[in-house]
Amino acid sequence: MSAEATTNLPRRVNYLNVDHGVKSWLLTKDHKRIAILYLVSISFFFAIGGLMASLIRLELATPAGDLVQADVYNRLFTAHGVIMIFLFLIPSIPAVLGNFLIPIMIGAKDLAFPKLNLASWYVYNLGAALMMWALLRGGADTGWTFYTPYSSMYANSEVILTALGAFIVGFSSIMTGLNFIVTIHRMRAPGLTWFRLPLFVWAHYATSLIQVLGTPVVAIAILLVAAERLLHIGIFDPAVGGDPVLFQHLFWFYSHPAVYIMILPSMGVMSELVTAFSRKRIFGYRFVAFSSLAIAVLGFLVWGHHLFVSSQSILAGVIFSVLTMLVAVPSAVKVFNWTATLYKGSISWETPMLYAIGYVGLFVIGGLTGTMLATLGFDIHVHDTYFVVAHFHYIMVGGAVMGYLGGLHFWWPKITGRLYPAFWSKISALLIFVGFNLTFFPQFVVGYLGMPRRYHAYPEEFQVLNVLSSAGATVLAVGYILPTIYFIWSMRYGERAGANPWGAYGLEWQIPSPPPTHNFEEKPVVTTEAYDYYTLKEKRVA
Amino acid sequence: MWKNFPLFPDKATELAGEVDQLTFVFLAIALFFSLLVATLVVYFAIRYRRRSEGQIGEVEETGIWLEIVWSAIPLVILLGMFFWGAKIYIKAYRPPSDAVEYFVTGKQWMWKFQHPEGNREINHLHVPVGQRIRLTMTSEDVIHSFFVPAFRVKADVLPGRYTSIWFEANKTGTFTLFCAEFCGAEHSQMLGSIIVMEPQDYEQWLAQGQPEKGVISSGEALFSKYVCNTCHYPDSAARAPILHGIWGEEVVLGDGESVVVDANYVRESILEPTAKLVKGYQPLMPTYQGQVSEEELVQLISYVRSLTSGTAESQDSTAVGDSNESEGQ
Repeated sequence: MSAEATTNLPRRVNYLNVDHGVKSWLLTKDHKRIAILYLVSISFFFAIGGLMASLIRLELATPAGDLVQADVYNRLFTAHGVIMIFLFLIPSIPAVLGNFLIPIMIGAKDLAFPKLNLASWYVYNLGAALMMWALLRGGADTGWTFYTPYSSMYANSEVILTALGAFIVGFSSIMTGLNFIVTIHRMRAPGLTWFRLPLFVWAHYATSLIQVLGTPVVAIAILLVAAERLLHIGIFDPAVGGDPVLFQHLFWFYSHPAVYIMILPSMGVMSELVTAFSRKRIFGYRFVAFSSLAIAVLGFLVWGHHLFVSSQSILAGVIFSVLTMLVAVPSAVKVFNWTATLYKGSISWETPMLYAIGYVGLFVIGGLTGTMLATLGFDIHVHDTYFVVAHFHYIMVGGAVMGYLGGLHFWWPKITGRLYPAFWSKISALLIFVGFNLTFFPQFVVGYLGMPRRYHAYPEEFQVLNVLSSAGATVLAVGYILPTIYFIWSMRYGERAGANPWGAYGLEWQIPSPPPTHNFEEKPVVTTEAYDYYTLKEKRVA
Repeated sequence: MWKNFPLFPDKATELAGEVDQLTFVFLAIALFFSLLVATLVVYFAIRYRRRSEGQIGEVEETGIWLEIVWSAIPLVILLGMFFWGAKIYIKAYRPPSDAVEYFVTGKQWMWKFQHPEGNREINHLHVPVGQRIRLTMTSEDVIHSFFVPAFRVKADVLPGRYTSIWFEANKTGTFTLFCAEFCGAEHSQMLGSIIVMEPQDYEQWLAQGQPEKGVISSGEALFSKYVCNTCHYPDSAARAPILHGIWGEEVVLGDGESVVVDANYVRESILEPTAKLVKGYQPLMPTYQGQVSEEELVQLISYVRSLTSGTAESQDSTAVGDSNESEGQ
């Protein structure tokens, strides 16, 4: 496919060129265009959240608090956490890749509620705008966890605006989840039974359940903090019989499952990548599918592991510890099944597969350190230290962000109809892997040494490890800037991709790239299992 | 920057050794599984690399036994680690009955300590080596967390109630105390040190700054100062509950519920007397909220506890875990 060939091709109508002008985008009801809107929004916020992270790492390069003042530092890590979690990680894979792919993967024209889908993007931006306004007024300084009574009675910062922003963004998440659940139940193509669904869809189904069931609880917790600040109702104030620890229960009842909102979709992406680049049916399809549901259900029963040292009773600590261990099993099952899928596969080392291989390594480390944290005697020492910071970044960045980038590299040709430069994309995957480990691995060590999290200044003996971490962050930043450049470049100059550049199985690869507005010329009928490369090849030969 | 560059924290309690042992074993397990998965992934990715453009993977049946085995093995290992970790946790949060009680008050951004002998310190706590010490802690404002890495102990310090932790230092030296729960602008400056001394040095140190009264006798003085003794006297049965012999006992409340008399209950009864009124008594007692400082509260509570002789320490349940359970929260 040379440039010459592309210019001579007749212009095909697709979702990108069917309509032009700002209005055609801002009022679109096409799930693919809404996915692009989300992509633009979350990329913007990822950049802001990343900028905050850079400033944090710069401050921590020296033990003294010398770059910014303590109060500014606290506002930085709060903004970093709030932006990355509420404005980037939670919407990332579902609202961009899920939005784009779920209707196509199940052979539908759109999501069940296209207007609700567009509304969710507006609600998201309204919440985000409030948070940015709060940030311009100085931001909040409570940490993204908003712990009371600090947040409700002592913090002298923009807590209410920031919290209200998170509250509103939560509704966009509920809207997306609701839309996915109804779509997956009602709009599957003829022949596409539950057990023929791509695992990406299963993972999003499980994610949606958490979004719909969990988000209202954090909304209540956030409203109570705002009510406490405005009206002093006393629910978290011990002086009038309130309980500050109650907030932690309400908050983590959502926010722990929210971790699975962030990681489950990336596991769905992984199952797609591993099968596509091994050209093989996934090993243990039903086990991988049900493990997503098991994670979603068990995820609601483990919040107390955030309260092991918060005065929770010993009995509660023991129960939450053992329940947390149980969540590790379905996660391990997924890793083993992905690994087994590679066995006797036809494995190609293209960029998305590099992300997938990196993901397995980082997720295993993140998961295993998670089970260490669930072990009570170990947690007492490392709770609220950098060990925890390292662990959740291995899951959130090593897992969720790697999965998101892997997925974006995999479906970019489908979304834009263009290929990106293979060489540069492999370099950036490598930089991200190396930079990530250099940034976060030293934090396990410094955490075990005893460095508490959210420290603006720290004792000198922690400096070497912090300098390593800051150096790694620089490499990581380069790794993130590269894709931004070549993705934008590819939209204009990239080679035309064709319908199925990877030779992958799945309904999305059977339609043109970029897809037409209504996805399918005629309603597809599904007759095979997911990832049935064998039948696909037979058909081609025949 | 390269001077003093440890990779492993100092160890100054027996518990620290136990936690480290757990850590090493768990690290070995984690390393084994990480290497296993990494090796398999890399090996398969090379061994089964695509050799021709149209090549597909081999068709393979799901091995149900394989699924069962690789679910069961992690489960068994993790349950083993769970029991081991729970054992250490229970030990760390159940102060032994012979531990000597010290008092800690956290506030933005300092640590205040009170010795049983009455000595007070800020940000430094001197303790004797080889002595089991139990800290009863509370906060004057937000949530803080008492964390001494060398002891491998940590417990949140909450406003409005007591939590506790204990340790027995087995070597002398100065060990850093961190606040581990984010508590505001100067969170990272809320540092302190635990100075572990030989018993005779500690005695000497105590004598240098010893106040006239220990914690219990200060409490006794406060008991008269705040006129508690006008109602709570030994045969006061008609107006107020008798405090002698009730520590650690269960008392029945007006609404039929019952509560164990511990530090958190006595604290609540001083600050909010009508919240949990003992059955058969009228709500006559005024609140002492805002009149009694945190230091005075622990003195009063210590005095009340001392009225139940002999059983005081063993029945006590202000530990992080017990207090919650006894209040049924």
